[in-house]
Amino acid sequence: MARLAPNTMFKSGLGTTQRKDNWWLQPVLVVFGLGSFGIYSTWAALQGNHYAFGPYLSPFYSPLFIFDWWHWSPALLILWAPLGFRATCYYYRKAYYRAFFADPPACAVGELAEHRYSGETKFPFILQNIHRFFFYLAAIFIFILSYDAYEAFWFDGHFGIGVGSLVLTANALFLGLYTFSCHSFRHLIGGKRDCFSNCSLAKAQYKTWSIVSILNQRHMLWAWISLCTVGFADVYIRLCAMGIIHDIRII
Amino acid sequence: MSEKTAKIKVFRGDEKGGEYKEYDVPLFEGMVVLDAIHHIQATADNTLAVRWNCKAGKCGSCGGEINGKPRLMCMTRMDTLPLDKPITVEPMKTFPVIKDLVCDVSWNFEINKKIPPFKPKAPLADGTWRFSQEDADRVQEFRKCIECFLCQNVCHVLRNHKKEEFAGPRFLVRLASLEMHPLDVEDRLSLIKEAFHIGLCNITKCCTEVCPEHITITDNAIIPLKERVVSRFYDPIAKFWQKLFAKNDVTK
Repeated sequence: MARLAPNTMFKSGLGTTQRKDNWWLQPVLVVFGLGSFGIYSTWAALQGNHYAFGPYLSPFYSPLFIFDWWHWSPALLILWAPLGFRATCYYYRKAYYRAFFADPPACAVGELAEHRYSGETKFPFILQNIHRFFFYLAAIFIFILSYDAYEAFWFDGHFGIGVGSLVLTANALFLGLYTFSCHSFRHLIGGKRDCFSNCSLAKAQYKTWSIVSILNQRHMLWAWISLCTVGFADVYIRLCAMGIIHDIRII
Repeated sequence: MSEKTAKIKVFRGDEKGGEYKEYDVPLFEGMVVLDAIHHIQATADNTLAVRWNCKAGKCGSCGGEINGKPRLMCMTRMDTLPLDKPITVEPMKTFPVIKDLVCDVSWNFEINKKIPPFKPKAPLADGTWRFSQEDADRVQEFRKCIECFLCQNVCHVLRNHKKEEFAGPRFLVRLASLEMHPLDVEDRLSLIKEAFHIGLCNITKCCTEVCPEHITITDNAIIPLKERVVSRFYDPIAKFWQKLFAKNDVTK
């Protein structure tokens, strides 16, 4: 039986490569990007204050649940859902397996020698298979955040536009693009079919699948833009609520 | 006027080991790495072994690692490489080296034999099979594969972890082309999970990055197969749905 080559032929070990480009740059940027978002969002979620200003509600705290029996930040009641969606997302999996687990750190670059590897077949990574359930929850969040964006245009019952209204609208838009470009959604909406032409339902599914496929090609882009908008929306509302900056009213 | 040259550092050896040897090659317009290797064979050392055939990026024979990146030698132009340092040319490191730049890729053929072949459904009343263009488009992409095995070479599950039970990206593409075929009735999903170990893929997308035919291996083949495996084995709602509507299943 033919075999693969043993690892002893060429030099191996973490970071070993003949590549001459800056292969390390991408994992470093991912560690910086995801790391700084992780630190800020954890801090912001634990604060439990300054999450609303006028008609604006921070996306970290929406939907807002206030219960007498819950003594911690209300963000902790809801943030597990979008966190789960991103943690099991097919794009982020690539990003953190490379950047945080160095498995592999980059293409054709050596890994830690002789470490156990079971991919996504064993706990905890076998849980990546429940991504579609987090997608269902994330889709509900899009409707809630879209309503928040609509509410952000009504100041004491009067229509108006503030910078915060635009920030929350952009946030809902980009989170929507990220959520509905999801690989699981692409499968569920039509990708599961083998035949797209045998009935009218199949033809409709083909059209939606084609649209989702176009969005899906930019899934990484939507993932990063929406990560920035959701973080920025919280920062903006927090700074307004703390009185550090003033919301500029356009109308 | 002095002739422009490049330094090429080539792996010379076999499965027992080897060393790198440096050669100077003259540059000419439109030159590719395979031209440089041919120049070394013709002028410096005719024992240098390289596998090649079409020199047009279609036979998939001349896969190697150029400056550490898995690429076809015939499709890598010299003017796209930095010439201030020697250009490293090595065989694909995942497979045993036979000699110099030639390696034994026969492990791939063993995997291929395990894939249940195309099994068409019953023909129409006129004895033919027909399907629409939109049904063909998706699997058409997978037919572009030239079996250069660069994706297998770069896949860290095979390259670093030596998981010989894993089918690898090339054969997950082939499995996807069969599973998504509108006329195929064979069910390979259990095999994809249990025998070809799709779960070992952690979708780090290097296969897609190196594919010379630009097949979107991860997004269009592997992830859709993973989702089909989820529907069959990890999603109780989909299972319930499939049981409820099994008789009216239109996915085939």
